[in-house]
Amino acid sequence: MKSTVIDIENAVVSYREDIALRGLSLKVRSEEFVGIIGPNGAGKTTLLTIVNGLGKLLHGRVSVLGHYITPGNGHSLRKQVGYVAQVQNIDPRMPISVREVVMIGRYGLLGLLRRPSRHDWEIVDEVLALVGMSHLTWRPIGHLSGGEQQRVAIARCLAQEPELFLLDEPTASLDWKAQSGILELVKQIHDSRHLTTLFVTHDLSCLPVACGRVVLMKEGLIWGEGSPDELLTDANLSQLYDMPISAVVRLRKQTISVQD
Amino acid sequence: MDLSIFGYQFMQNAILSTFLGGIACGTIGVFVVLMHMPFIGVCMSHAAFAGALLGLWLGFNPLLGAFALSLLSAAIIGPLADRGELNPETSVGVIFSLMLGLAFLFMGLMPGNKSGALELLWGSILTNTRSDIILLGIVTVVVVGLVFIFYKEIQATIFNRNIALSVGVPATLFLYGILFLTGATITASLRSIGGLLIFSLILNPAAAAYQLTYSMKRMFLLSAGFGVLSGWIGLLFSYLFNIPSGATIVVTSSVIFMIAAIFSPKRKVKGWQAKPLLKEG
Repeated sequence: MKSTVIDIENAVVSYREDIALRGLSLKVRSEEFVGIIGPNGAGKTTLLTIVNGLGKLLHGRVSVLGHYITPGNGHSLRKQVGYVAQVQNIDPRMPISVREVVMIGRYGLLGLLRRPSRHDWEIVDEVLALVGMSHLTWRPIGHLSGGEQQRVAIARCLAQEPELFLLDEPTASLDWKAQSGILELVKQIHDSRHLTTLFVTHDLSCLPVACGRVVLMKEGLIWGEGSPDELLTDANLSQLYDMPISAVVRLRKQTISVQD
Repeated sequence: MDLSIFGYQFMQNAILSTFLGGIACGTIGVFVVLMHMPFIGVCMSHAAFAGALLGLWLGFNPLLGAFALSLLSAAIIGPLADRGELNPETSVGVIFSLMLGLAFLFMGLMPGNKSGALELLWGSILTNTRSDIILLGIVTVVVVGLVFIFYKEIQATIFNRNIALSVGVPATLFLYGILFLTGATITASLRSIGGLLIFSLILNPAAAAYQLTYSMKRMFLLSAGFGVLSGWIGLLFSYLFNIPSGATIVVTSSVIFMIAAIFSPKRKVKGWQAKPLLKEG
């Protein structure tokens, strides 16, 4: 049995009058790939921020990689946790190249006062090759498309050599081709590096095949947990999204027939 | 053209002040431009002006007042912007108008001759003393030194504070460090350039450099260079046409920005993309 790397006990997080997490508990074992699914506002992103120490707990305890998170140890912990957010709006004139952005992933590990060595740059070039971005190494980051920027963000996380990999809607606002490319890449990384991965999405079609367990979230609580096959049924999803799935399918079909 | 004036001590002091001020303001400007915080800088420079007037009114060192009030404004704006409690532009607007109001209040309360106050408004580089230059020199060395030492953390903080935080860089600490350095630079340059004009010397050289390069290191160098150039050319025009130096320095920096914007390769993104970015690292 693999060891537990994330242990959340009764976590409560609140943003002013809104309660984002209402006493949530979750355990994740080493090398697991967990998909976190739920409608907008369910608390999925907040769950990731308490795992990497950026969210403030009102109540409860979070242990990550064997350490309880306190306000003081967030920085040292985050060096071991890779985080990919949604596509960011990057100024196209921002004077920073793709290679430099990936190197930022190593800055926490390097620590203050240490400059990147040749070895660090070799790792950066290696992960850029892995995500298929070697040809854009010297481009300004703002000139890349959304899909390319997400590949660079994944490369930045890999350069960090993390023990945990958190992805927060990495495929949101990407076209279908870019989406499937990113999902394939995430699966490939999990297969080859066996990184414990949490993948947040509100869109079921964006759940990677590698996902071994899904956690359904609604209104700040875990609503269901289990293997994708047993949990992702029409009845469950209709209740989770407060809308019959058959209606969603019908609407999609109507849209397609209008376009035809 | 009679250039014998450059042999005088006061003119040499002015040349040295513009050199140091140009480097410090140009360097700080890169943060202001890339972190999209021009209004925070404007607000801090007006706070410095109000603080200096408070010092003049109550009889303590005006630069001490300038430094204290510009840091106070940063200490108020920083957390508001950081926590997202208010739209930063709204909070900056409120504090900016308060600082301007306080400045004119202190000026009104000041008894007697107000020439000292007006000097802080417009700047007077030709009356710079040795202690002014030493202060400016110290601030310039500290600003450039810290950028050199913490370049990678500063680069990550400028690029995206959330990403910097997520990889374990103490980005919030660096944000406040940057605001602190901005306050120190504004204070040290206040007497030379003046409270109303100092911000142009921070913003314009960096905005010009921003038009010309895709490398952050080069942007720092170009911005500092444009800052010094603005100071020296402005000083020359001030002497030639017998007009206030603060104004000529600011107008020169604006002209440099316009030239850079016209010839900016970033305006032709497609043409540029055909060529690779120059290697560095």
